[in-house]
Amino acid sequence: MTLANKPTLEESSAKETKISNKKQREKKNHWAEWKKSLRKNWELYLLLVPVILYFVVFHYYPLYGLQIAFKDFIATKGIADSPWVGFKHFERFFDSYYFWRLIKNTVGIGVFTLLVAFPVPIIIALLLNEVKSLRYKKFVQTVIYAPHFLSTVVVVGMLLLFLKPDGMINQVIMLFGGNPIDFITEPAWFKSIYVLSDVWQTMGWSSIIYIAALAAVDPAQHEAAMIDGASKFKRIIHINIPAIMPTIVILFILNMGSVMAVGFEKVFLMQNDLNISTSDVISTFVYRSGILEAQYSFSAAVGLFNSIINFVLLIMVNKIAKKVSDTSLW
Amino acid sequence: MKETRGDRAFTVFNYIFLAIVALVVLYPLIFVLSASLSNPEYVLSGDMWLWPKEFTVEAYEKVFQNKDIINGFINTLKYTFFGTLLNIVMTICAAYPLSRRELKGKGVIMAFMVFTMFFSGGLIPTYLLIRDLGMINTFWVMIIPNAVAVWNIIIMRTFFQSIPHELEESATIDGAGHFRILWSVVLPLSMPVMAVMVLFYAVGHWNSYFQALIYLQDQSKFPLQLILRQILIQGQVDDMIKSTSESLLSQKLSIEGLKYAVLIVANLPMLMLYPFLQKYFVKGVMIGSLKG
Repeated sequence: MTLANKPTLEESSAKETKISNKKQREKKNHWAEWKKSLRKNWELYLLLVPVILYFVVFHYYPLYGLQIAFKDFIATKGIADSPWVGFKHFERFFDSYYFWRLIKNTVGIGVFTLLVAFPVPIIIALLLNEVKSLRYKKFVQTVIYAPHFLSTVVVVGMLLLFLKPDGMINQVIMLFGGNPIDFITEPAWFKSIYVLSDVWQTMGWSSIIYIAALAAVDPAQHEAAMIDGASKFKRIIHINIPAIMPTIVILFILNMGSVMAVGFEKVFLMQNDLNISTSDVISTFVYRSGILEAQYSFSAAVGLFNSIINFVLLIMVNKIAKKVSDTSLW
Repeated sequence: MKETRGDRAFTVFNYIFLAIVALVVLYPLIFVLSASLSNPEYVLSGDMWLWPKEFTVEAYEKVFQNKDIINGFINTLKYTFFGTLLNIVMTICAAYPLSRRELKGKGVIMAFMVFTMFFSGGLIPTYLLIRDLGMINTFWVMIIPNAVAVWNIIIMRTFFQSIPHELEESATIDGAGHFRILWSVVLPLSMPVMAVMVLFYAVGHWNSYFQALIYLQDQSKFPLQLILRQILIQGQVDDMIKSTSESLLSQKLSIEGLKYAVLIVANLPMLMLYPFLQKYFVKGVMIGSLKG
């Protein structure tokens, strides 16, 4: 007990000169303290060992392996001994004819998704928050959360069944006298199908976090506004939206960081030879050239290029958000 | 306080709008279920639009006769069970020490993990690593490379931190070590967050196909999602139906029915558990959102 009390006593009576003194002493004792903590709490450190090991092997070693993007990877020589070639693979990628196509598709799908799929959950949450009937609210929530649990394969499988020339959607179109459209193989339709089905699958789930933020709004604020004669709509605009603004900003930053990281899984499944001009994105390209054609160094370079852009975007948006709204990731 | 006319109009609009949203989400799901239980002829002609027409379970019989689907189902169960088990153990191993005040270097360890959420080696270096480890085409590749998720560590750690510290202190006074505290005090109090974690991880394993696509070669090891991909997206159903001596048209119809049935079977466990689990997973997201 005396040991535990000592620093607090010191702290409370310490003048500035004493603090610097203390710092020095702390430095000296640093290692001793570490050892003591290790001996006393060895169980905690032991628990962490497999976790640290996992992160080192499966997350940090691949970062080390990224150097093959600047080398000509030769399997027999391994990562370390393959010869350096500088930016050769990057230059080849920038000069290739599909470079702009990939950028256009990746950014296009990413931005389109951000523009449509980001605001919808906010609107849903704001509206759900106004529902007084608990049963009705719960029913709507249960329904709109459900698609989150469907696998990508299932969702794309459903899309193909609904959108094929004799599928459900085209039957409706024909019912109204239109001509059937082959949505799946028509390049112009790819982005819209991708984004709208994404909204369908994720809007409910993404709204949960906003609903949680809205639940924390102080009801006194609403009462005060009501006395001042504010309508429901006005209260949403002036009380609810500002209340969830920090959440919106954080999620926007996170989403921004992945604009160029358009998910491989769904694009890959929706892709076919006929729509490839609009459906080929960087991640599917990396898969094709890397895994299928075994051009390891080249596709590692393409992948690195992509993650650097994402990282830079994330940092930039974070900085802007900090300036504009005082909310940021770090 | 009395509602104004504008507020009432807003409320009415709100209820109707949300009803439409729910309907748009629900309709495709009902359609698939009904289509799987209908005579495929009516589905193809557009006569079936809500309830099953000419009720039949023929498509399901075909699904359950198919060896690939059954085998994929069993494989997925295996990957999901052992994968989730490993996930939970690893998440506890990370979250418990990080939730303790006496652990030194917490910030560094946290940053070390969180960094991997924003920057990774990417597909190719990871692939080469897995290959060098000799894990290609093994059972292990489906569970070890995804042994733990940073986000879930954060959720669990936050929950552990919310457990009253006095409980642990009194256990320490009674002479309990960290293992004992974890096992006898913390874990029994953490069942809600465990339920959430099991759900999140299990759904992830159940639905994943990318890992299998890249690292597995033998059809006999394929999880259900890859078999689904063959049937639904690549249209490789011919062999399944061929054995029967049907005409070309009725073959096409059988395939159509089978596709809908297979969609339902793939989600069966989830569809059955969903209503019971809903309150848990919403809670899980909430815990995660409190401290991001």
